[in-house]
Amino acid sequence: MAEVLLNSTQMAEFAALGYVRMDAVVPNEINELFLTGLGDGGAETPADQYALLRESSTIPVVQAGVPFKGAYPEDSALGQIVNLPRVSGAIRSLVGADPVFDHHFLHMTFPPRFTNGKGSAQHLHQDSTIDPRRAFDIQLMYYPEQVTADMGGTRFIPGSHLRVVSESSIGRYQNMKGQQQVVCEAGTLLFMHMGIWHGGGRNDSDQLRHMFKIRLCPRERQCRLWDDSDLGNDHSEQRPIFWRDDSSSRDPVQAILTHPQPWFEADTGRLEYINRIRFWRYLLGDEDYDADYWVTRVENEYP
Amino acid sequence: MSRSTRQQVLVLYLSSSALDAGVVAWARYDGTGQHRHMAGDDDEPPYPTGVHALMDGWRLIQASPLVSHMTGEEFKTDYLKYEFFFEKLVEVPTGGQDNG
Repeated sequence: MAEVLLNSTQMAEFAALGYVRMDAVVPNEINELFLTGLGDGGAETPADQYALLRESSTIPVVQAGVPFKGAYPEDSALGQIVNLPRVSGAIRSLVGADPVFDHHFLHMTFPPRFTNGKGSAQHLHQDSTIDPRRAFDIQLMYYPEQVTADMGGTRFIPGSHLRVVSESSIGRYQNMKGQQQVVCEAGTLLFMHMGIWHGGGRNDSDQLRHMFKIRLCPRERQCRLWDDSDLGNDHSEQRPIFWRDDSSSRDPVQAILTHPQPWFEADTGRLEYINRIRFWRYLLGDEDYDADYWVTRVENEYP
Repeated sequence: MSRSTRQQVLVLYLSSSALDAGVVAWARYDGTGQHRHMAGDDDEPPYPTGVHALMDGWRLIQASPLVSHMTGEEFKTDYLKYEFFFEKLVEVPTGGQDNG
């Protein structure tokens, strides 16, 4: 089956919010194959559980920096997941046809019986380290089983990905308006920009929660890798702003790039629009693109 | 039974430098040990603005300064900009012992 690339609306949402979500995109038989492949576990402490699964699971140990193609046997659960038409299409749209494998990891969030009821949510953080690139890596977050609200699914801050911070330095921010916590059906995938602020929740259920993360890096300039055939000829036309009437039509991409998040500060929210527009310029390969005149206005200089 | 003083800390992040601006993020720490606040434990802020926290008895002890923008970095965004620390001092029974 042919790959299904992201469209321009999905890419603009990725540029503005830092993620693309696909609910229940992995069929149940593959989810079951993945979970069965982990082995039984059955340890009584988190450290022992990790040790057991490292021995028993079919998750391969893969060298950092190798081509992603071939990282997983095609008939394995992981091989089948990344070759699903919508999944491989999203990967190609975001990091190209031949990305590099960075790392993967099975995150487990342990229920109270493992922690004597003293479990805690993970502090908010940005993965890796300070990373000011315009090029970006993606992190696939795969939830092989249903995640209910009490299981402490991944908490993340939509639109935080363009803020350049140093990993766990943001741990003081316990709660932010507009934060989301993953509650989902089995087989759900999130394709995250590397910079998005996130953290695991506390698991108050009686079930172990699994999340498998794969980080991929591009090996090409990330320019119009998605299906951009839906971009109209007038997608960069400017509309009346501030004083306008309701009949002013709105380009959907421009609307997405200038839609605020509840946690935006009054002044830096405008900087977020500018940074999103500049990110979209990079993705489009068009350094003249603008939305609602935010960037053109501050670039208007004469020698 | 002896009593001792403990500090409760509230951190509010506001949408501007004005103390009556809306809360966009928050954190709480309780030195009495009665409440164990943590990341993601509440989707709604405890107060709509910083002034509402003052009206509820929180004492402002620190506010972010306004910092000039470095040339070439005017559009860079990183940490939340308007951070306000509040405290309440609470008397707690210690039963003759200090819990440290």
